[in-house]
Amino acid sequence: MEARAELFQPIEPSEEVAYAFARPATTYWRDAWRRLRQNRMAMIGLAVIVILFSLAIFGPLFSPYSYSDQDLTPTGINQPPSLKHWFGTDALGRDLFVRVLYGARISLSIGVFASLIILVIGVTYGGISGYFGGKIDNVMMRIVDVLYGIPTLLIVILLMVVFKPGLKNIMIAIGATYWIGMARIVRGQILSLKEQDYAMAAVALGASRRRILFRHLIPNSIGPIIVTATLSIPEAIFTEAFLSFIGLGVAAPMASWGVLASEGLNGLRSYPWQLLFPGLAICLAMLAFNFFGDGLRDALDPWMRR
Amino acid sequence: MLRYLIRRLVSMLIVLWVIVTVTFALMHAIPGGPFTAEKALPPSIQKNLEARYHLNDPLLKQYFDYLKNLLRWDLGPSFKYEGRTVNDIINEGFPVSAQLGLVAVAISLLVGIPTGIISALCRNRWQDNVAMFLATIFVSVPNFILASVLMLVFALKLRWFPAAMWGEPSQVVLPALSLTGFPTAFISRLTRSSMVEVMEQDYIRTARAKGLSRSAVVIKHALKNALIPVVTYLGPLLAAILTGSFVVENIFAIPGLGRHFVTSIYNRDYTVILGVTVFYSVLLVVLNFIVDLTYAIIDPRIKFSDTGKE
Repeated sequence: MEARAELFQPIEPSEEVAYAFARPATTYWRDAWRRLRQNRMAMIGLAVIVILFSLAIFGPLFSPYSYSDQDLTPTGINQPPSLKHWFGTDALGRDLFVRVLYGARISLSIGVFASLIILVIGVTYGGISGYFGGKIDNVMMRIVDVLYGIPTLLIVILLMVVFKPGLKNIMIAIGATYWIGMARIVRGQILSLKEQDYAMAAVALGASRRRILFRHLIPNSIGPIIVTATLSIPEAIFTEAFLSFIGLGVAAPMASWGVLASEGLNGLRSYPWQLLFPGLAICLAMLAFNFFGDGLRDALDPWMRR
Repeated sequence: MLRYLIRRLVSMLIVLWVIVTVTFALMHAIPGGPFTAEKALPPSIQKNLEARYHLNDPLLKQYFDYLKNLLRWDLGPSFKYEGRTVNDIINEGFPVSAQLGLVAVAISLLVGIPTGIISALCRNRWQDNVAMFLATIFVSVPNFILASVLMLVFALKLRWFPAAMWGEPSQVVLPALSLTGFPTAFISRLTRSSMVEVMEQDYIRTARAKGLSRSAVVIKHALKNALIPVVTYLGPLLAAILTGSFVVENIFAIPGLGRHFVTSIYNRDYTVILGVTVFYSVLLVVLNFIVDLTYAIIDPRIKFSDTGKE
């Protein structure tokens, strides 16, 4: 290429050049969504979650059976999967497909609500501890350390032995014991965020402590909070199933996936589908939430990527 | 080091005290007490029972008696089984559970760590993808589902292993595998990510540049640091295997402590629930303490961070 003099002209300073963007501006969420979309397993997880929730909400409406309809005739009980009963029937002749759908309602709502309780307690506790720092932080974190040393599942079991087993109590018991991880993560975030310039600017502008904490610091640590909350859903679903399996779950005739699986165990030799379908549902939900949560972590927190 | 040790010891004792107090309080918060749940007993029998188990003493006295007995490692009688103490139940069940647990821990480490290393060394190649895909699946399969499926396939259908009971080596295989599904997958993921991190460090490049063979670099230089996170996971690993034993021992009808514990929950046998919970907590907290000490010995940064301010 020839070096001609007109290629070396000075450029006049102009608004157009100085404010030109190489590409359109993007927000944190749009950027995260773009990264999430590229993660195939996370998107499959998201799709499965959406399908599970729609099935749980709308599925039972289209079923000719209800979760408690019994057919105690010999041709009704313990039927293998067929066109009439997609997942077969159980020992009382109840349609297993519709029971798994109702189970999804229970198991998923336990997952979601327990995770919300974890979110509220963990964020508040961790936020306060991290923001105030010093003595308050020291005392609050000592308490967390003590609680951390206690095996969580044992405490949940104890709580369920003491309180009557039931939907609400399971959520509370799980929420009241599993918030520690969330509190630790939020505290760490707040500790580093409160040293940043915008926090100081807020102080200088005279914002109240409560406003700084809940309006500035916590929204800025939303990424890790969402990831932790998402990943606590499968944990709650597992815990509920586990509790049901050892006889501390929700009461009949409603049945969570854990209750269905534990009922299925009795007839494992002759009617394996009674365990396999609820078991499959649990695994599918946990898998979907785990893949989605992992993808979310990569998408919301690019620095964690490996 | 000594200061660290003392501080950890004190916090361990506090944890234990909190556990005992909380469990005691919870057990006594149950409305009606242990004998009112059943069919109404004649008042005289009720009185006798309550007197025998000291339920009429003031709560505070009961609490201190319980603490005193705990220090002598006397966990009291079972409410449901005449003439059996909680200690009997633990002495009978724990050795079985411990054997099963040790096999499970060994499998998790011996399978999980090598898988993680191979994954990290073949990062983003098919070995890695397959291993991590499997790991995510096994992290998501609850132990009781895994146990049931293993039993269905290998015991009931293929008849390779017995479906229940305890005593023969072949009877350990399926329960141990059921217990190790989650921990193995978790350990391999942990090992992989820390190995990937370590392999990018400068000192690894130095070791390579010196002309050391790949295996020497991995085994002598990288592994030591890469395994530190795995050591920290040993505590939760033991907890996972222990709680897993509740369901797995039930499914395979193994006469271990986990099974006794679940039975006591079904029977609402409060002293046994209380005693076994305390036993498990003490066990886990002490094991965690030992793990932490090993961790401090392996990782010199812990010792140094303790001498200064946190």
